[in-house]
Amino acid sequence: MSGSVTKTTQTPPAVPAAGAVDTVSRGRHRRGRRRLAVVVVLSVLIVAAFAVTLMFGRTFHPPADVVRVVLGQDVPGASFTVGRLRLPRAALAVVAGLCFGLGGVTFQTMLRNPLASPDIIGISAGAGAAATFAIVVLSLEGAGVSVFAIVVGLAVAVLVYLLAYRNGVSGGRLVLIGIGIAAMLESVTAHILDRAAEWDLQEALRWLTGSLNGTTWDEVVPVVIAVAVLAPVLLSRAGDLETLRLGDDTASALGVRVDRTRLVLIVTAVGLIAFATAAAGPIAFVAFLSGPIAARLVGPGGSLLVPAALVGALLVLVADFAGQFLFGVRYPVGVVTGVLGAPYLVYLIVRTHRAGGSL
Amino acid sequence: MHDTSTASGVAIVRRPRRAKALWLLLLLVVLLALMLASVAVGSRVVAWPDIVAALGGDTEGFDRAAVAKRVPRTLLAVLAGAALGLAGAVMQGVTRNPLADPGILGVNMGASLAVVTGIAYFGLASPTSFIWVAIAGAGVTAVSVYVIGSLGTGGATPLKLALAGAATSAALASFVSAVILGRNDIADGARSWQIGGVGGGTFDSLSHVLPFLVVGGLLCLLSARGLDLLALGDELAAGLGTRVATARAGASLGAVVLCGATTAVTGPIAFVGLVVPHLFRMLIGTDHRLLLPFSALGGAALLTAADVIGRIAARPSEVAVGIVTALIGAPFFIFIVRRHKVRAL
Repeated sequence: MSGSVTKTTQTPPAVPAAGAVDTVSRGRHRRGRRRLAVVVVLSVLIVAAFAVTLMFGRTFHPPADVVRVVLGQDVPGASFTVGRLRLPRAALAVVAGLCFGLGGVTFQTMLRNPLASPDIIGISAGAGAAATFAIVVLSLEGAGVSVFAIVVGLAVAVLVYLLAYRNGVSGGRLVLIGIGIAAMLESVTAHILDRAAEWDLQEALRWLTGSLNGTTWDEVVPVVIAVAVLAPVLLSRAGDLETLRLGDDTASALGVRVDRTRLVLIVTAVGLIAFATAAAGPIAFVAFLSGPIAARLVGPGGSLLVPAALVGALLVLVADFAGQFLFGVRYPVGVVTGVLGAPYLVYLIVRTHRAGGSL
Repeated sequence: MHDTSTASGVAIVRRPRRAKALWLLLLLVVLLALMLASVAVGSRVVAWPDIVAALGGDTEGFDRAAVAKRVPRTLLAVLAGAALGLAGAVMQGVTRNPLADPGILGVNMGASLAVVTGIAYFGLASPTSFIWVAIAGAGVTAVSVYVIGSLGTGGATPLKLALAGAATSAALASFVSAVILGRNDIADGARSWQIGGVGGGTFDSLSHVLPFLVVGGLLCLLSARGLDLLALGDELAAGLGTRVATARAGASLGAVVLCGATTAVTGPIAFVGLVVPHLFRMLIGTDHRLLLPFSALGGAALLTAADVIGRIAARPSEVAVGIVTALIGAPFFIFIVRRHKVRAL
């Protein structure tokens, strides 16, 4: 990510030479083609993984049956396994992954720091704690839980930002303060889970690391609506988000209303994260991983929103499938993404320190 | 301890010896009061005569038996708190880092992962083997976090080290849950390896861990002079005749032993080692020969208090002490991150 930040500084010379214009436009075309290729390949992979998830499991269902179930026909045997168990689960994997990917890369780009993703600076932890509190203590259900999660997620975002603000926000300070806030919120979640002794281990895990076990359509629908409403808002601001990377002063000189844009970006990103967390729990490190992986795939330049969203969806789908069937024991998806993401987190810090400075 | 501090120093000029003696007295009184409270308070309300009788060794009846069970728990809280407070002070001294703490630097989580792995895959069962494995895990983690934190220019700056520690801690926590979830047979007691608590303290477990704590504590206390010199900077310390590497290694070894042994019994507890040394640096100054014993006593008081709070706050159940220390300690951590001019990355 650090490389891409410096390379997007596109300040054209006053009178560009014809050759330079050619070079720049060729480069832009090449990068555009690469982006397109990455997006297409990722989409194909998601569809393939989705299909595999629906077909395979304890029992195998041939593609023809799966298609008929998806189209709404009644197929004996397959209707229940595929239609009631696997389809909502896979759907939630995709939409939650989209949410985490979008929300994560928005924060990472806006704060110019890959560590500043919502699952590290406490926003996911806040949404998770709020959701458990709403369910256990306030006995809320459905939309109430999501609303509560969003409000608390936003409050945490604002709190972390304010606490980190001292003559501007330094990335490292913000991340550390976020880690502190996350530690508190996670212990609140742990305490609520301790008290709610009637919950089984699976349900508890959903709130600790994220899990898709026992997903029903009731949980999927709000997240789908959230993606349908919030993702376009975010995508319409993709250009402004890119400009914000150049720094606040440059961005406002280039005609971006910095404060308003940032507000919109934060609210939408937190909304996406909170909806996904309320449904699937804070699936560990997906928000953190998607952006950097997408940046590696796409290369420098251009918005990372769409690629990162697709990477997030693919990550959750594949990790959930792997967690269910690859290890002999059934792991919830959050544990798989956590084990994948944790070494990457350490690697990222090693690389940053090696490079001798800014993240 | 306080009257051994005859060396000259700014701290001593500013703060007369009598004030330190008073602080020590106050601290001891507070600690004793907290220990009493810890024995007296719990989900079951017990009358004073029964408490006194139970402390005298009489465990007839439900009330007295309950009190008798609180005694080892209280002792564990005192010992674990002292170990963590002392280890935190030593780590802050060794790394010259205001954000160092056995929990934040991931050392406790490393010990926890080592024990969990040992139980799940290598059939570890005896309490002493837990402690050895935990110390090994703590040591490996401490070294790797320090290496990661000191890569690149500027060495191990506070921010870099804290980030490396927090990241390592998060990574290790993921692995702990992965190991635990793979084994349903051990998942029941597994929560205690994610969030520390002192509820499981028995005289048996105390007897196993005590020798390690004594050795680690002595190593730490003996390194006080070295830490004072290290505080002057490596070059100056070497110029004054300190073997910098030896001083650092000895102190770190002591801290690692303390963290590992404590975590093997209580599970990972964070933030105790962060809060306490800061508090006493403000009260009695930076002389490690005073700071270390004070931090140990203060850590004992803090953890005992956290345990009592956890039992009062959620009657009739209880809040694990690791949760209470996180709720108390994390705001303090944020305060230090804000206050110090921790250099931006």
